[in-house]
Amino acid sequence: MAVTVKPQQIALAVSTDPMLPVPYRVLRVRRETSDTFTFEFGSVDGSRFPFAPGQFNMLYLFGVGEVPISISGDPERPEILVHTVRAVGTVTKSLCKLKPGDIIGVRGPFGSSWPVVEAAGDDIVIVAGGVGLAPLRPAIYHILNHRGEYGRVVLLYGARTPGDMLYKKELAEWRGRFDVQVEVTVDAAKPDEWRGNVGVVTTLIPRAHFDPHHVTALVCGPEIMMRFTILELQKRGLRDDQIYISMERNMKCAIGLCGHCQYGPNFICKDGPVFRFDTVKEIFGKREI
Amino acid sequence: MTTLERLLAEHPFFKELDPRYIQLIAGCAQEVVFKAGEFIFREGDPSNKFWLIRSGKISLEIFAPGRGPIIIETLGEGDVMGWSWAVPPYRKQYDARALELTRALEFDAMCIRGKCDEEPKLGYELFKRFAQIIGQRLQATRLRLIDIYGSHS
Repeated sequence: MAVTVKPQQIALAVSTDPMLPVPYRVLRVRRETSDTFTFEFGSVDGSRFPFAPGQFNMLYLFGVGEVPISISGDPERPEILVHTVRAVGTVTKSLCKLKPGDIIGVRGPFGSSWPVVEAAGDDIVIVAGGVGLAPLRPAIYHILNHRGEYGRVVLLYGARTPGDMLYKKELAEWRGRFDVQVEVTVDAAKPDEWRGNVGVVTTLIPRAHFDPHHVTALVCGPEIMMRFTILELQKRGLRDDQIYISMERNMKCAIGLCGHCQYGPNFICKDGPVFRFDTVKEIFGKREI
Repeated sequence: MTTLERLLAEHPFFKELDPRYIQLIAGCAQEVVFKAGEFIFREGDPSNKFWLIRSGKISLEIFAPGRGPIIIETLGEGDVMGWSWAVPPYRKQYDARALELTRALEFDAMCIRGKCDEEPKLGYELFKRFAQIIGQRLQATRLRLIDIYGSHS
């Protein structure tokens, strides 16, 4: 039987003070795309890092700044902390220059998680766009580690081009399994470099095999992509309480004090980043929020 | 019910279409197979056919001088290919090529137009369905125009 640690139980597992960064050393770096890297970290004191799929950490690059980054490793391998980082701002650009042996500070894990335990018995449809696959990867690991507890499992992934896809080797492995439907699409491609689907990720939803009455959907990507994905899932007959999304805002303190990540009545750092859609649907996509 | 009529009735595009109309349009349809790599039509060709894909995969491509062919969309099982037969100037706007062995139902557009003229209700039903396809493709195109996975996202 799967045991998933509840986020609130984990919150103090790494440090007794959530504002105090704990030193972690870079063990390995893998280039995913031209601007995205996956890092494996190990704690300097050898401690483990339990977390729940969907949670995030604050990564502190000393002297540069701190950014919230989702955890993208296997929750059943807490000895290695994995983060996939895209170089888009000052801190993330500097993070992407880290080499094995470098030290960063880690605060976390923070936030809510994907309902991988609650969804046992259901079909699972996972819809990821761009780097949105990174926060979903721990959930995918969990589901595949406990494959027998779920019905059909479908992973739909959209990226900008074939060169922008994350985790290509793993996608190929998952696709090679007989118990997972994996569909990948890109926004544009040349015929000599790509023989897969071309089109937005929402076009894959009508082709996915799942029972709309007994399915849990996990969705992560740019907000516009999530908006249209939800519409397609609703067309397939899913209720709002069957859909979970992961939201992104500018988290600072990560413990619900500073208000930087306020999202209507919620703080994304503490009430999210994972929300059941019916709990945020009134504010989701609202320009003012 | 003939095999062709059954295939039409089972296709999602014709879901819940009156069996009378299925019988009518079946007279304009035939089963076809495209080999991997085969061009189904080329940009500028007269648009006198459309297809319902039963299995396989087709790429819609545009040739950009200096950049070569670019796949703008792929279509697969359950998709409809071709709506330019319904609107002037009745010309194909892209190249279409089978990426793998593809089975489809091919429709003679002239024949369909004739049936629609005879049975305006059938025409209304068909155009409602094509309008939905055109709307979906337009929405997908707009989403890609935004470049949602770009570095700003």
